[in-house]
Amino acid sequence: MANDPIHQFRLHDLAGPVNIAGYEISFTNSALFMGIIVVTITGILLLAARKGALVPGRLQSVGEMWYGLVDNMVKNVLGEEGKAFFPLVFSLFSFVLVANMIGMFPYFFTVTSHVIVTVSLALFVVCLVVVVGITKHGLGWFKLFVPHGVPLAILPVISIIEIISFLSRPISLGLRLFGNMLAGHIVLKVFAGFVVSLGALGGIGILGAIAPMFMAVALTALEFLVAFLQAFVFAILTCVYLNDALHPSH
Amino acid sequence: MDPAAAKLIGAGIACIGMGGAGIGVGHIFGNYLAGALRNPAAAGSQFTNALIGAALAEGLGIFSLVVALLLLFVA
Repeated sequence: MANDPIHQFRLHDLAGPVNIAGYEISFTNSALFMGIIVVTITGILLLAARKGALVPGRLQSVGEMWYGLVDNMVKNVLGEEGKAFFPLVFSLFSFVLVANMIGMFPYFFTVTSHVIVTVSLALFVVCLVVVVGITKHGLGWFKLFVPHGVPLAILPVISIIEIISFLSRPISLGLRLFGNMLAGHIVLKVFAGFVVSLGALGGIGILGAIAPMFMAVALTALEFLVAFLQAFVFAILTCVYLNDALHPSH
Repeated sequence: MDPAAAKLIGAGIACIGMGGAGIGVGHIFGNYLAGALRNPAAAGSQFTNALIGAALAEGLGIFSLVVALLLLFVA
């Protein structure tokens, strides 16, 4: 159905399922777009870095701003010792940003509108925080859950709250991105559907379709902002969480 | 009551929680703007913090959206 706002999120197999060790593995449109994303990122950055001119051209400026944004973010939140995490944060930021942006094109698939993708990324980040924290600080890392200067009487309660808030991080980090992309795309398609069904009435319906048409255009602009903002937020929250691994006593 | 109807009503009620997230995000950006107009020199350095706060507040609203989606499609 043309007006179904959920239709855009449907997965379908491009290359039939192959049975590997009891699991059905197939090449879906999601996998295809993940490939396109990686090729796009690599292509843009390679083209931008090709010349390395002292006075950057347009494309090189884009590359430098892209790099500088993440570099600043990592430096401000993690400090000098966070340099080792720059490639990770840059990859995550680029993947989410380009996935969101490619999803904005009509008939393109939005990889980040699937909860399995975003929560996998978020789980990876939070598991990394635990691994880095324990290798750097040993068991002392668990002081993260026992904040300094809290009266002894309420310490158990605070610890439980801290542990729950830590455990909810992968859920909230992944679901934020998923929810924003899903809700944004559904809203866009709902308003576009208004235009189609009002226009089909003809006459006064076409006049009525003008308002949702402008709304759809404005929402598209807003969605581009959200696409960038959510990638930025994902990257900066990754930095904030990694900061807990590097400096647990806050 | 018909279970399907109860499900839909529950999903609708769950979405009320998103209003709270709206209030929270509005508070954060409103207060950020108020502070930024008083001291524009310090505004740039705090914009990232405003975004982190907005993202954290918004995440809680997304939880209620997820509860609604779970009620509609899973439960």
